This record gives sequence, structure tokens and C-alpha cells, in this order.
Amino acid sequence: MFTRSILAGDRGGQIMLGLLLAVTIGVTFANQFLPIDHALHVPTYTVTLLGKYLCYALLAVAVDLAWGYLGILSLGHGAFFALGGYAMGMYLMRQIGDRGVYGNPELPDFMVFLNWQELPWFWQGFDQFWLAMIMVMLIPGLLAFLFGWLAFRSRVTGVYLSIITQALTYALMLAFFRNEMGFGGNNGLTDFKDILGFSLQSDNTRIGLFIASAAALAMGYLVCRAVTQSRLGRVSVAIRDAETRVRFIGYRVEKVKLWIFTLSAVLAGIAGALYVPQVGIINPNEFSPLNSIEAVVWVAVGGRATLFGAVAGALMVNYGKSYFTAAMPEAWLFALGAIFVLVTLFLPRGVVGLFQKKSEKQQEAG
Amino acid sequence: MSTATHGPAWFQRDQVFEFLQPEASSQLDLSHNTILYLEGLNVSFDGFKAINDLTLYIEPGELRCIIGPNGAGKTTMMDIITGKTQPDSGQAWFGQRLNLLKMSEAEIAEAGIGRKFQKPTVFEQLSVFENLELAMAGNKNVWPTFIARLSGEQLDRIDEVVEMIGLKSEVKRMAGVLSHGQKQWLEIGMLLMQNPQLLLVDEPVAGMTHQEMDRTGELLTSLAGERSVVVVEHDMDFVRSIARTVTVLHQGSVLAEGTMDQIQNDPRVVEVYLGE
Repeated sequence: MFTRSILAGDRGGQIMLGLLLAVTIGVTFANQFLPIDHALHVPTYTVTLLGKYLCYALLAVAVDLAWGYLGILSLGHGAFFALGGYAMGMYLMRQIGDRGVYGNPELPDFMVFLNWQELPWFWQGFDQFWLAMIMVMLIPGLLAFLFGWLAFRSRVTGVYLSIITQALTYALMLAFFRNEMGFGGNNGLTDFKDILGFSLQSDNTRIGLFIASAAALAMGYLVCRAVTQSRLGRVSVAIRDAETRVRFIGYRVEKVKLWIFTLSAVLAGIAGALYVPQVGIINPNEFSPLNSIEAVVWVAVGGRATLFGAVAGALMVNYGKSYFTAAMPEAWLFALGAIFVLVTLFLPRGVVGLFQKKSEKQQEAG
Repeated sequence: MSTATHGPAWFQRDQVFEFLQPEASSQLDLSHNTILYLEGLNVSFDGFKAINDLTLYIEPGELRCIIGPNGAGKTTMMDIITGKTQPDSGQAWFGQRLNLLKMSEAEIAEAGIGRKFQKPTVFEQLSVFENLELAMAGNKNVWPTFIARLSGEQLDRIDEVVEMIGLKSEVKRMAGVLSHGQKQWLEIGMLLMQNPQLLLVDEPVAGMTHQEMDRTGELLTSLAGERSVVVVEHDMDFVRSIARTVTVLHQGSVLAEGTMDQIQNDPRVVEVYLGE
């Protein structure tokens, strides 16, 4: 009922969620129940790859919420993604227990290696799944809130804001590279064994994570859709197009920006948390500015301010990336740049803009 | 009457200490029959005095036209009233009790001052209806805005305003495709949705056809009475057609004030403005 009302008039979203459901069921079935030599069998490797793409898609939806609807071009959303990932990584590290190389029941390997005697205070409690899950949302959310509170209050907008977000993620990258930070430095967190008692190597766990990623993407999509379809969503579009005017009407522009930006960061954090157990590692490179810029490219390619366009863009570009980096690794960055330039020049409304008829767009707005 | 003529506020028996009064009470106090007080305002930008000892009073229900050559400080005055610019010195009060200089733009808008900008700024990617919906008075905090639904009463109010500004047939269209004149009316409509006590209208007829001008004139005169309207305008014909009281600004202060006839016969005004 609720779902139906927020998806009303959203053809693209209905199609996207329908496909997502079909693919999730289909892939699960093909992986679990078809024999390995069957033509339609989906290997676990592919399942994990798809799960990874779905996490990226959720990140793209988060970026689109901030950029497409609110006009905040964040070039640092990778930071929130990575922080969510680190929170999950810390839980997974604690689950290793005494199965690490050094066999210390309490300390992760890298701490033993650094001759640390006891667990730092900020690692306490991360052996509890529920606490780790709260942190997955709380840490990126808090950072975004703090950052947004400072930036939006002093009315930093446009390019300047983008540059600061970029600096934020770069600063975090440098910080996490340091061993003293207590997050594994250069190597990050890896060598995970199991999650909630299920081995990360088993096919069933992999399918479970894949389904969880699909569910998170669907939920994230619906949450963002609920926001953008509300009056708050119309206020944010108004802020994007004429910020000063919105202020004179009597809305607290800073607060609207702050809360939507924070929501966006929380979604990015969740995406990162689901990403880490599937790729098996989180290291400071996830903070690299390039990752954040890629996320922006996904949204631009798919089509801004549609949400489902962001999903489509993330899947397409990442498929392209998987293909290119296997076929000709050196060319990938050039290809990415070329895609961005071409899309900006010839498809200002992204790939989904090709399919949207004008009447449909007006109907959606009215 | 202003507080300045009474002497310091703490001297008076009919008032409590100032610090006991709310800084920005939500009640607009019009007990002295003045809705807007501007007293001794000064603003300078890099040494240039945009506003120079400006004093001006507006009565409730009045339609006031403000004219003046370019650079006379008309827009800067509007900026001060709406909280966009802080003056170097002087006072600005809304009614008896609301100190505009201590309020944010949003608080001022909420207290009941609406402003129409020189360049029409409507939200182009939203429909006429949505533009009016956003402008509607009400709780504009984040969460109430998120869960807001339109009540029947509010729908009626939007209909009423749409009717008033003559955009009934355009209500579902995107504001971006409206003509220039229609955008101006929509913007006035958005002001009306806020139920302001004081409307500040900056050059409403710039770029309009004569027909559109007449309609705008009718619209503005029909709005005055219930609320105060301050119009800043260049077009003398238009001012003549609607004005009851005209204030002439020159070099940041009031040069003359009176009816259109008085103004036109004032030699100082003729010299700086009309005589050009």
C-alpha cells in the first residue's frame, strides 16, 4: 500500500525494482539448484560480482539523492561508503578470533604485529553484530552531519563544496593509511572468516549477501523515493534550482540540506558495509577521490534526478569497467573519462533520458 | 510612532524591561498604526554609501510606491528589510516589537514579510501548483515538511490564489514554460500563499506588455488594504496608475514623499529624476 503510493507514476522505478526482484530470484535459483554443468548455472563468482554491483548501485542512489535532487555535488561520497565498510570490517575482524596467523583470541593480526598489548577503545564492542550495524549507519551519518553542519551553515555551495568533500575523503585516506590509527594501515582489514557464524567462503553465505544487497538497494530506493515524492523532495528540487528564493519563502535551507545529505551518507555507509564481506577486504584505497568521482559518473551516465537512472548507470559503467579492466587495463580511465564527457555533451539527461518521453516527464512533475 | 521619540524604553511605565520581551514574538503589534519602521539606516559597500540615513514608515494596508534613479538604494533597502543585508547603523522594526535586524531571512518571511524579486525567480522544474504549495504558510521544518499532506482547506487556498493571479489554466504546467508576465504573477501568488502582512514588490512590470501591466496594476491595488504593499518601480506611467503615496529615494535617503501630483511638482524631484 505504502510502497504502491510512493511508486505511483514511477515507471522507471517499477521496472527497476521488478527486474531486481526477478534477477535476485533467478540468480539465486540458478546458482543453488542448477547443476554446475548446466548451461544456465550461475557461478558463485558471478553472484558475488553482481552483489558488488548492487552495493555500487545503492551508493549511486545515495549520490543521486544529494546531487540530482538537492544540487550538492559530493565528490566525497566514497568516504561514507568506506566508513560503513570499515565498521563492517571491524566486526568481521573480531569474528576471526584465534584463527588469525598469530592466534591471538583478542587482537587482530595487525595489532599483534604492531606489538599492541590490548584492544583500542574504539574496537570495543565490535564483536557484537548489532553494535557494528549501528556503527555502519552512525559513523557515516555523524561525519556527514558534522561536515554538513559546518559547510551548509556557512553557505558553502557549488564548486567550493565539491572541493571540500573531495578534500574530506582525501584526508581520511591519508589518515587511514597510518598504522597508528588502528585500522590496519596500508593493508586495511582482510582475511575475514565468517559473518554471524556463516563462513564467508560458502556459496550459501555468498547468495545470502547477494540477496541482502538487493534488499538494501530496494529499501534504499524506496526511502529515497519517499523523500523525493514528499513536499520535502519538492523543497529540495527548489533549493537545487533557486536556493535564495527558498530561503525567502521561509524554509531552513541549511537544515533541509543537512538532513538529506546525512540520509544520503547513511545509505552510502550501508552500501559499503555490504560491499566489504563480498570483496573480502577494506583498505584506505576505498577513500581515494577517484572512487567518489566514479560514483558521480555513474549517476551522470544513468541520468540525474531519477534514482533508477543512478542504478542503471552504476550497473552499466561497472559492467564496462569489469570488461575493460580485463580486456585492456590501461584504457579504463580513458574510457571512463570519455564516457563522462560524451554523456555530458550528448545525453544531459543520461541514458534513461533517452527513454523518457516529454509528456511522461511533465506528468511526473504535475 | 517610534520608540525613539519616547526616549529610552526602560523609562516608560507601560513597558516591561526590554529583555523580558520576546525578541521576535510571533504577534505583529500594529497598535501605533505603523507596520514598518526604518530609522536612520546606513549601509556602505566599500566606501560607497548605498543607504544614507534613511528613515521611512509604512502604514498598515497602504500601497506605497518607491521610485528613484538607478543606485538610489531601493534594492538595498529591500535587502535590509528582508534580512539579506545588515546595515552599519540604524533600526528596522516590523510593527512595534519585531526587530528585523536580529532576525534571519526565514524568520522574517515567517513573521509576515514577503518579497518579490526584480528578476522573476520561480521554481522552473516544478508546476505552478507545486510552486504555490511550497510557498504556503505553515510549519516549514524538515520533518513536518516531509510528512506534510495538503488539507482541503489548503487546496481551496491554492485554488483561490490561482484564480486571483489568473493562472487557472496553467496550474499543472511547469513554471519554466510560463511567459515572463505569468512568472511575475506566479511569484506574486507565491507571496500571497505566505499570507504576508507586508509585500515588497521589486519592479513588477519590467519587461511586461501594456496589457500585462494593467493586469498587474489591478492585482496590486486589489491586494492593498488587507495588507501593505511596497512597490519599487521605474516605470512612471505604471506608478502614476496605481500610486496613492509615492516616496522618492535619491542617493540612499528620502528626497520627497507625497501624492503623485505633489511629487511631480517638487523642484528637487524634477531635478534629480523626472527632469532627465
